[in-house]
Amino acid sequence: MANRIKIKKGLRIPLLGECEKTLRGTVTSEVVRICPEDFQGITPKLAVKAGDTVKAGSPLFFEKNYPGMLFASPVSGVVTTIERGEKRRILYIEVKADATTDYLDYGIKKPATLPTEEVKQSLLDAGIWFLIRQRPYDVVASPDKAPRDIFVTGFDTSPLAPSYDFILQGQEADLQTGFDALSKLTSGKVYLSISPESSCKGLREAKNVVLTEFDGPHPAGNVGVQINHLNPVNRGEVVWTLTALDVAIIGRLFNKGIVDLTRTVALTGSEVKQTGYWKMAIGTQLKELFQNNVTEGISLRYISGNPLTGRKIDADDVLRATHSQVAVIPEGDDVHEAFGWASLSPRRYSAGCTYPTLKKAYRMDARLLGGPRAIIVSNEYDRVFPMDIYPEQLVKAIIAFNIDKMEALGIYEVAPEDFALCEFVDTSKLELQHIVRTGLDMLRKEME
Amino acid sequence: MKALKNYLDKIKPNFEEGGKLHWLYSTYDAFETFLFVPNTTSKTGVHIHDARDSKRTMIIVILALVPALLVGMYNVGMQHYMAIGQEVSLLTTFVYGLIAMLPLIVVSYVVGLGIEFAMAQVKKEEVAEGFLVSGMLIPMIVPIDTPLWMVAVATAFSVIFAKEVFGGTGYNIFNVALIARAFLFFSYPTKMSGDQVWVRTAETFGMGQGTVIDGYSGATPLGQIATTDAGSFGEFTFHGITGNPLSISDMFFGFIPGSVGEVSTFAILLGALILIATGVGSWKTMLSVFIGGAVGVLLVNSFAQNAMMEMPFYYHFLLGGFAFGAVFMATDPVTSARTEKGKWIFGFLIGLVAVAIRVFNPGYPEGMMLAILLINAFAPLIDFYVIDANIKRRAKRATASLKG
Repeated sequence: MANRIKIKKGLRIPLLGECEKTLRGTVTSEVVRICPEDFQGITPKLAVKAGDTVKAGSPLFFEKNYPGMLFASPVSGVVTTIERGEKRRILYIEVKADATTDYLDYGIKKPATLPTEEVKQSLLDAGIWFLIRQRPYDVVASPDKAPRDIFVTGFDTSPLAPSYDFILQGQEADLQTGFDALSKLTSGKVYLSISPESSCKGLREAKNVVLTEFDGPHPAGNVGVQINHLNPVNRGEVVWTLTALDVAIIGRLFNKGIVDLTRTVALTGSEVKQTGYWKMAIGTQLKELFQNNVTEGISLRYISGNPLTGRKIDADDVLRATHSQVAVIPEGDDVHEAFGWASLSPRRYSAGCTYPTLKKAYRMDARLLGGPRAIIVSNEYDRVFPMDIYPEQLVKAIIAFNIDKMEALGIYEVAPEDFALCEFVDTSKLELQHIVRTGLDMLRKEME
Repeated sequence: MKALKNYLDKIKPNFEEGGKLHWLYSTYDAFETFLFVPNTTSKTGVHIHDARDSKRTMIIVILALVPALLVGMYNVGMQHYMAIGQEVSLLTTFVYGLIAMLPLIVVSYVVGLGIEFAMAQVKKEEVAEGFLVSGMLIPMIVPIDTPLWMVAVATAFSVIFAKEVFGGTGYNIFNVALIARAFLFFSYPTKMSGDQVWVRTAETFGMGQGTVIDGYSGATPLGQIATTDAGSFGEFTFHGITGNPLSISDMFFGFIPGSVGEVSTFAILLGALILIATGVGSWKTMLSVFIGGAVGVLLVNSFAQNAMMEMPFYYHFLLGGFAFGAVFMATDPVTSARTEKGKWIFGFLIGLVAVAIRVFNPGYPEGMMLAILLINAFAPLIDFYVIDANIKRRAKRATASLKG
């Protein structure tokens, strides 16, 4: 029987557009695009040039400071474009996909019988090391420093989140192989956290892990919250974090000997006509998915990821590397609501009680619904921040870039996603995730 | 509404960079966002936002002030007609209070908002809504007979020196409305205390003419007990302005001389209910002020030497600005402690100090204003120690893990 930890603080945002649990098919696109910006904290160096032929699993680029860390192509085909932006930063690498995917063979291995170095090398060589992130700084894990522990979250509580139980059906073997591989990578423990409702055998009956149930509203599924309750990160320590979905991808590498970056993606949001799950490789264009399947006549916001932490994309953009969810909500820039401050409209949702909560689910758009202000209301962030950290004071320390204060208040334990709910409820409409991201990046530069 | 929106869009270019009226951009923006929810959408971070913003928060506080304001206005009229010995209808009574009060509110808002708009323009920021509340609080905590120019000077002083020099709403250390009150109190003491200022006896805009009846005394109940010769509370009775004895219910419902907003504990509690139900005001702060006050009074009662020291705690809560301060001033999130544990300590100290000032200060019977301002200064220190406990715990954990 797993330990159960009850999370009281937090918030379940009643958003319209929950995903129907049906697998609707597979989406493929003529070209796939990989955006290096999806891999936090790395400086990409190209391993291919336009015109090169690649297989699924062969490297497209590598990390400048650690040339052994490769980034795999999700499909086989021909590299067509390398799009650069300001200062020649690589925006994306475009691969024209073959009709049938030709996988590079990495050989079937049993991680349980392999030495640590070989497990690590396999992941680096196969170009899927990026699935592992690290705290502090919430960046792609640095292979040099062995982690104290590894934390895996087995569920997602964010609004409209995909069901891991649904996605992981039938992947029990891959999951277990993945956990075996992870347990080789640390001398500490591999912690797996699951929802009390989870019935996924691959998670519930996983071996080589410390299983804990987290019961509560969002952000109970955030790995940062779980770490904080299980075994917090101290100064000088490093832990690695993954989602169970990524563990399955790692397992696939060892079980099948191929890099299969196919994700089961939940199409969600109030503006989607038919929600559901689709299989697709990362970097797949989403045009087909949106065609005739979204509300017409209003301006829309397309999001790769969930509405709290996801990335804004265009209608013809691609699925970003770390996401298993796509959402479509109204943009709202064509709405002019009169006297919002006096409004009693049942369409407006507030987590506090300044508006009556009359509906079960709300159609929310991308407006800020207010102007930026100094932090005025107190105890607003704390109520949705279930960690032993003072979020407001930490944010202020980051804004002031006071390194000592940031360290003292627990900057090493947090990731921007942990502040997503704070940002949602913030009366002062501050860009908290952006502030935390900037702070972490600056701190990392300063420290390393 | 649509025509208005079109008109705003039409004149907008004048206020934007390069337009003739660019120097009024913050003002334009303030009016536009007052009329319409801005349609700016999120650029980074979360894609959806809570409907609550700064404007909504401030409006809720003003809504919570309304009961106290209405009862206070009625009481102004009632005290006036009692003083001149006339019996008039309920409506007349209220209207007298309304027209006596309105000039104070208008002056406070015009002066304060004027400065706020100008400062926002200089800083090229949006106009913050904080003064919408302060501007309502100021007329509610000064005597009804305060000359308008004094209100103007005090408002200007507090907005500039208590708020804007610190950076504006959200950065101030002291409660803006109370600084205005304190400024008046120390600059013009004769107009701010004593028994001549709490009841308007003169006519207002030609309304309510009459001469004051014999035996009139305009002292507030707190003033009465502070200056009484009675040796014990038992020998002492509170009396109204015509000499009639005052009951507990008079004090509870607010039919006593005093500052407009502070007289009716009943109306203030209604406001407290609104603040607590909407989550805008902290119930912890409010409750702990009352707990601190009760503890203070019980302590003082135990070695009472005079009537003031013997006065039971519920009189303290009903009289003067105690309830008003606890509900509307101590809960100001900016100047209060910001941590939840800190709020308990912060409120408790306010209650305690308020009673101490009331009981031991010979000259001035009201202690709430100074107590809150004093503890405002300590709020950062209280937070410091609360947060320091968290910091120490983290440091200890890190050391333990290094050893392990």
